[in-house]
Amino acid sequence: MGLALRLIAQRVSLGILLIFAVSVLIFVGTQILPGDVAQSILGQSATPENLANLRKELGLNEPALTRYFNWLGGILVGDLGTALTSGTDISTAIGARLGNTLFLASVAAVFSVPTAILLGLIAVRFKDRWPDKLISATTLASISLPEFFIGYLLILFFGVKLGWFPTVATVYSDMSFGARLNSVMLPALTLTLVVLAHMMRMTRAAILNVMQSAYIETAELKGLSSFKIIWKHALPNAISPVVNVVMLNLAYLIVGVVVVEVIFVYPGMGQYLVDHVSKRDVPVVQASGLIFAAIYIGLNLVADVISILSNPRLRHPK
Amino acid sequence: MDLKTIPISAWLGIVSASLFAFAAIFAPLIAPYGMSEIVGGVWEPMSSKFLLGTDNLGRDLLSRMIYGARTTLAIAALATIVSFTLGAFLGMAAAVIGGWADQLLSRGVDLLMSIPTLIFALVVLSVMPANILTLILVMGILDATRVFRLSRAVAVDVNVMDFVEAAKLRGEGRIWIITREILPNALSTLVAELGLRFIFMVLFLSALSFLGLGIQPPEADWGGMVKENKDGIIFGIPAALIPAGAIALLAISVNLIADWILNRTTDLKGGRGGN
Repeated sequence: MGLALRLIAQRVSLGILLIFAVSVLIFVGTQILPGDVAQSILGQSATPENLANLRKELGLNEPALTRYFNWLGGILVGDLGTALTSGTDISTAIGARLGNTLFLASVAAVFSVPTAILLGLIAVRFKDRWPDKLISATTLASISLPEFFIGYLLILFFGVKLGWFPTVATVYSDMSFGARLNSVMLPALTLTLVVLAHMMRMTRAAILNVMQSAYIETAELKGLSSFKIIWKHALPNAISPVVNVVMLNLAYLIVGVVVVEVIFVYPGMGQYLVDHVSKRDVPVVQASGLIFAAIYIGLNLVADVISILSNPRLRHPK
Repeated sequence: MDLKTIPISAWLGIVSASLFAFAAIFAPLIAPYGMSEIVGGVWEPMSSKFLLGTDNLGRDLLSRMIYGARTTLAIAALATIVSFTLGAFLGMAAAVIGGWADQLLSRGVDLLMSIPTLIFALVVLSVMPANILTLILVMGILDATRVFRLSRAVAVDVNVMDFVEAAKLRGEGRIWIITREILPNALSTLVAELGLRFIFMVLFLSALSFLGLGIQPPEADWGGMVKENKDGIIFGIPAALIPAGAIALLAISVNLIADWILNRTTDLKGGRGGN
């Protein structure tokens, strides 16, 4: 276990380092204007007094390094600052919305992960026959479709024409689980369709890679059925790449959520971020940008840790 | 090149991508009405007068689609050029120079790629002035990270070849080595990637415009048109699906072409199996 533990410790510390580096990058990214944030918020017509007031309010008169550490120190104790436009506390606003976003992403994950793995297995079983070709063709089509095309198509058919699901995904705090599920159905379906194809194709590639091994041939010669070979011999050895693919796609789900939330007017993090980008509310954008990046890095980290753990050579070193 | 060897799927892609390009180039000649000319009622259905109907302000949807093709394709192409020039040059330079310069550039790219592109673009756009130049630069620079990785990987392989060694011993400078020795050998891989990057740019730009952070109205672009017409969907008016569908169709066409080029280049190298 020693080697695996050391690798995991290394990977986790790298992840933490990366999040700090990203926080610097996000901070610098919002400071690169030739003028300053106050100018860009107020526009060209701002009076010098207004500018001076806003600069003071934002703490722009202090050096950038001090501002960065104030900001970072606040984040570490859970204080994300206050929004410029509404004056509300960012941590409270994000708390409720982050839950909504994670709920939507989890529902989409519950739909997409088993479906993708099952379809991947079918594609391997019927390699180069029509099910495989059909699946490949749909993949090409679906990686080309923008989220809003799928989203509005689903709204038009399932929401407007058939009336099965609400067209706007409203959720509020005292909603029952069932009602909540019903209202995120269309956005979750959209996200599922967006990631499904890629996840399935990578699953197929990972299993096919294993299928070329000698022990698979042995299993074939033993007379095992093809599904049994794939399920009992190929899949366990393909777990690490498959988990990797799944995690990368979950990371993508978190990002894809931004556009999907806007399509369905869903009160989540993505909508919050986009709203405040157009209002040029920098503290909100920095905070939500950092949270999105941290989740993304975190999921990538989990993917790496699982692939270390699922490798028996690393778990039981000689 | 023998035209008969081009598979039917690639033909479909070429024909439909050329149609889009034709519409973009000759927009003022083929558009039946002006771009922001109000010619009818709000969301009129498709008719012989308005082939695709009218939009949320009563402008002809077909005309706006044609002008939108121009904006969308031009900006995506410019951003692709920025991304390729920057990414390919830095990638090859990193491979040729090696040492700390390579480390610095590669770790910098790793860092940029650890943030999802859309999220980082949103963060930067929140403080940048909203204009087309900013858009092109932000999209180009963020996407250059992908091109950097690819061209660095290819260049590292080429850099250890004997003919590069010979050029170095001849005393050629780094610029010569990059442009005359490495670039020609990396070109086929880069060209196949070009199509994929271009499509990514179209989708990226459309997503930004759809979020209201890309091209600003009254200028027509496909993503923005989806945003303008999205309220019609709840009343069963499919106007927003037309620009969205055009983006999808263009993306599929270019993917079909890129797939074919990729297969062709792998075949030329002796093939590495169909998977």
